[in-house]
Amino acid sequence: MKKEVRLMKGNEVLAEAAIRCGADGYFGYPITPQSEVMETLMELKPWETTGMVVLQAESEIAAINMVYGAAGTGKKVLTSSSSPGVSLMSECFSYMAGAELPCVVINVTRGGPGLGTIQPSQSDYFQATKGGAHGDFHFIVLAPASVQDMHDFVFDAFDLAFKYRNPVMILSDGVIGQMMEKVVLADQRPRRTEAEILAAEKDWALTGKTADRNEHIITSLELDPYAQERFNNKLIEKYARIRENEVRYEEYMTEDADYIIVAFGSASRICSMTVDMARAAGHKVGLIRPVTLYPFPTKVLHELAERGVKGFLSAELNHGQMVEDVRQAVNGLAPVEHFGRSGGAVFSPDEVYQALLTKIINRK
Amino acid sequence: MAEFEVQIKEENLAFRKSPILTDKVMHYCPGCSHGTVHNLVAEVIEELGIQDKTIGVSPVGCSVFAYNYLHIDWSQAAHGRACAVATGIKRTNPDKMVFTYQGDGDLAAIGTAETIHACNRGENIAVIFINNAIYGMTGGQMAPTTLIGMKTATTPYGRDPKLNGFPYKIADMIAPLPGVCYVTRQSVHTPANVRKAKNAIKKAFQNAMAGKGLSFVEIVATCNSGWKMSPVAANKWMEENCIPFYPLGDIKG
Repeated sequence: MKKEVRLMKGNEVLAEAAIRCGADGYFGYPITPQSEVMETLMELKPWETTGMVVLQAESEIAAINMVYGAAGTGKKVLTSSSSPGVSLMSECFSYMAGAELPCVVINVTRGGPGLGTIQPSQSDYFQATKGGAHGDFHFIVLAPASVQDMHDFVFDAFDLAFKYRNPVMILSDGVIGQMMEKVVLADQRPRRTEAEILAAEKDWALTGKTADRNEHIITSLELDPYAQERFNNKLIEKYARIRENEVRYEEYMTEDADYIIVAFGSASRICSMTVDMARAAGHKVGLIRPVTLYPFPTKVLHELAERGVKGFLSAELNHGQMVEDVRQAVNGLAPVEHFGRSGGAVFSPDEVYQALLTKIINRK
Repeated sequence: MAEFEVQIKEENLAFRKSPILTDKVMHYCPGCSHGTVHNLVAEVIEELGIQDKTIGVSPVGCSVFAYNYLHIDWSQAAHGRACAVATGIKRTNPDKMVFTYQGDGDLAAIGTAETIHACNRGENIAVIFINNAIYGMTGGQMAPTTLIGMKTATTPYGRDPKLNGFPYKIADMIAPLPGVCYVTRQSVHTPANVRKAKNAIKKAFQNAMAGKGLSFVEIVATCNSGWKMSPVAANKWMEENCIPFYPLGDIKG
């Protein structure tokens, strides 16, 4: 069957993908630069077609707690926001990780700190990958680099969320949220029926206590420290399985590379042009684009360093966050430097190239 | 001479534990109102035959462990967020009976926004609001509902409105909202009041199931540990001080 192809904005595609993947609900609160997600959903009125619920909450705090409530019943639910709004949600992220609830959270990142700017940034890397709230926990984090990724990752994120019963974050930014590209849309998937949810999530979801089972309780509260530690160990084992099985990255011209740029999301698109510029000038430069930021593609970077790559440049739209993970992966085998712009400023391929020359290739 | 035959039969028992209640020993202090209200919620669920349809949302506070005491599915909410959690459950599961069970700190301080907006949207849920004018679980600090002059751990010289502001009546605040169909204030300190409170909870649950909007049942309650009184003295103090400020009866519907 011929696939549907459209020219769409990243934020609009998120809404379209949410409906098409059979999501049961979206709860959100307007914030630039991602307000088109809810606007598009309200325009499309999926409650009249698939039965998907869309609700504008009174705050990001309420929106994420609505997600928490609905996710506890085994429903496929999501929310989207941008940096300051994501910070407001973070209390509930910890509760969801503690209660092992599957859900999808999208951050169309803008410049910070504070209210910051409304232009794109990657300054929420630490928040997304290192936990993002109190307690020991992790999101699974996917970083889209195109409008097509925005579409595909909604499907992937729900699959991962239910596979591991863990919140999944799509860490996008204002570039990808606002830009228009060609996108191939998946066919509409039906929402799960009550019977399907009952069968698939029978061990934990709040489907109503029947005579054949004990009551189900969604909670993250424990009074006994040893029981809490046992639970935490279970989470740690889950994160280890995720690190083992779910690492995703893309390579560009790495095979013979002497130097590697590491960049994710929109920055990776810019840096692929830097690679072309450097190659034209005779420098063997390659690009690693982490697709999953948690789990981070540590192994491939370490192997490249072992193979003899002479230097790594972590190019990020922030003041140096992912560079810490790159350094940990390279583990002293080669120099690792950071180049970034922040506050909503976006670097050009040439700026990254100049930084690569100064900080890595012509390094004294 | 009239003769009696004592008939101890199941159908004649006036006091019987609802099968909705679990056998777990409650952690509540002797004299606390929570146990009585839990029992009423259990009886209402039993009488309406909605055990398999009911999802409760427990708060942060003494009643966080409400989920240990009723044989129904429960979601435990972050502090103050119960009405948002209930909204998410109800909107995606419209055939379920969803209720929150919250204290005054949870509902009327940190959760004010979530409470008012769930009311204003007219969510088809029931809200059980236990107002004992104090934070019980954290050790008896001032609540938004603490009376003027009342001593708590954070108002050791009594609540002074110049320093701490005034107690407020959230039931009266939400009553005018068109999304709210029923607002009542009850207590459980006498058998007669317990019966009235049960009727109120039942009406709230029936409203929610019928899709009439949000029903709000406030229970003016005691916290004898937090108030540092015996259960009997706490009941008397509540009658003399709380009920005049929080008068009992239907406010709307």
